[in-house]
Amino acid sequence: MRTSKLLLTVAHRLAILAYIVVALFPLFWLLKVSVTPNDLLYSEGVRMWPSRATFEHYTFVIAHSAFPTFFKNSLIVAGSTAVAVTILASLAGYAMSRFNFRAKYWIVALLLITQMFPLVMLVAPIFKMLSPLGLTNSLTGLVIVYTAFNVPFATFLMQSFFDGIPKDLEEAAMIDGATQFVAFRQIILPLTLPGIAATLGFVFTAAWSELLFALMLISGNDAATFPVGLLTFVSKFSVDFGQMMAAGILALIPACLFFLLIQRYLVQGLTAGAVKG
Amino acid sequence: MTIVAHQKAAKPLRKRIADASEPYLYSAPALILIVTVMLVPLVLGISYAFRDIQLLNPFSGGFIGLDHFRALSEDQAFFRALRNTLWWTGASVFLQFFFGLILALLLDKPFAGRGLAQALVFLPWAVPSFLAGLNWAWLFNPVIGPLPHWMYALGIMDAPNNILSDPHLAMWGPIVANVWWGIPFFAITLLAALQAIPRDLYEAASIDGAGPVQRFLSITLPFLAPTIAITILLRTVWISNFADLIVVMTNGGPADRTQIVASYIFTQAFKRLDFGYASAIALVLLVLLLAYSMLIVVLRQTLLNKG
Repeated sequence: MRTSKLLLTVAHRLAILAYIVVALFPLFWLLKVSVTPNDLLYSEGVRMWPSRATFEHYTFVIAHSAFPTFFKNSLIVAGSTAVAVTILASLAGYAMSRFNFRAKYWIVALLLITQMFPLVMLVAPIFKMLSPLGLTNSLTGLVIVYTAFNVPFATFLMQSFFDGIPKDLEEAAMIDGATQFVAFRQIILPLTLPGIAATLGFVFTAAWSELLFALMLISGNDAATFPVGLLTFVSKFSVDFGQMMAAGILALIPACLFFLLIQRYLVQGLTAGAVKG
Repeated sequence: MTIVAHQKAAKPLRKRIADASEPYLYSAPALILIVTVMLVPLVLGISYAFRDIQLLNPFSGGFIGLDHFRALSEDQAFFRALRNTLWWTGASVFLQFFFGLILALLLDKPFAGRGLAQALVFLPWAVPSFLAGLNWAWLFNPVIGPLPHWMYALGIMDAPNNILSDPHLAMWGPIVANVWWGIPFFAITLLAALQAIPRDLYEAASIDGAGPVQRFLSITLPFLAPTIAITILLRTVWISNFADLIVVMTNGGPADRTQIVASYIFTQAFKRLDFGYASAIALVLLVLLLAYSMLIVVLRQTLLNKG
């Protein structure tokens, strides 16, 4: 009995380990090629680590390419989108969590519909709508589009976090004479900080990764975000793997940092939602 | 009771209006944005399907009725894309679910270092989709990637070639990338559902002498069933619309073997700037996905009613 239990534990740990290896290997390979000097790239193609590592690809990408611009643009777009979505979704999520009002079911239906249809369908109309406003080829245009795309899911996420906070808290404050909005801002919001962090991180990574609308709406280098920049880079100079992978690693850093910070809260938030549903 | 009612009625009109409008004020900014940036373009997009809209042609824009759909019914590339979509979606969803469920079950058991393990295995989800696509395209590239050499060494392939340029195998490239990228999503949602199952049920079952397989079949699976149904439904819709990996890895090639409907729409809109035709295809995809969702919802309802 004891040995079989031990075997089971070992098998369990090995399975977990296998998942970790599969999850991390592609990223490790990205890192490996990005530090391989050009002259060793092909001769040591399948070695696990080059005999000589270098940061020359990173210094080149940072000093001599348009990637710092792409990086800055992506930071601006993803950061503004995350903040805008979180503000809008907190307000709307709070309304969904705390009020019973007539249009609530219609609003839920509207939010659900937006999750159903192919977003590709909006590529053409949005382009046609934004171009007379001068919002194509502009970061503002991207932020507006990404904010709208991410608000529905973020609203559900925020609602589930608000649902986890007892109502008595703001009721007590309101008996003391505070308006509901003051109670919301000063009591409920601080308690939802993990939820806010999760929403911020979730939206940041989503906006950081978006490719199709960025490709469609942005044409020049000046307003290109990372995905667009990297993709044009690939089709133009598909020979320099080291530099591309160095750029890829740089693109990975902010998204992964955010994710590692928030993944705990994300499972918590979903658990809260699951318990309720 | 009557006093409370009386007080309520006696509230000044302005206060009552303010109270009634409060939830609307909270949700208005989000709603206005969603309606202008998603709903209006959706309606416009539907109307484009019946119009001749080409970005570079200033004389286009007139209504042409069902012409696009007539052209579509004879478009072999579209039907191939439709078949590819089935294959792409079916294989991706099944494999993501299968490996995601196993991962969720593994992570549901407490062990030392679980937090760290969880953060690491969920990491692929944080990788931007375009980067995941590029990353796997590089891994499949025999010049710098190890995979072709490994597959050659294992005897799976006759020579270390790039499967992305082999018309018969190319679809596996994006599917593998998609499975790698999407396992965490299933694992996270299923793990959340697993952790909501009351633990005493398992204890009671093992006291009654139920083995692990029996416990899984009679407790875990029924509890997970609603979550499984809804996540598979959502993921199917989402993956059939997901063109990023294909656009990045193969751009539909070789010889349209990896072109799915979503990437075909994008090609029509982005490369040929034929927005009318692109919208017509998108509308067909939307109708197909709606029909599929209805079917699943009805099936689930009948199953629930039976049980």
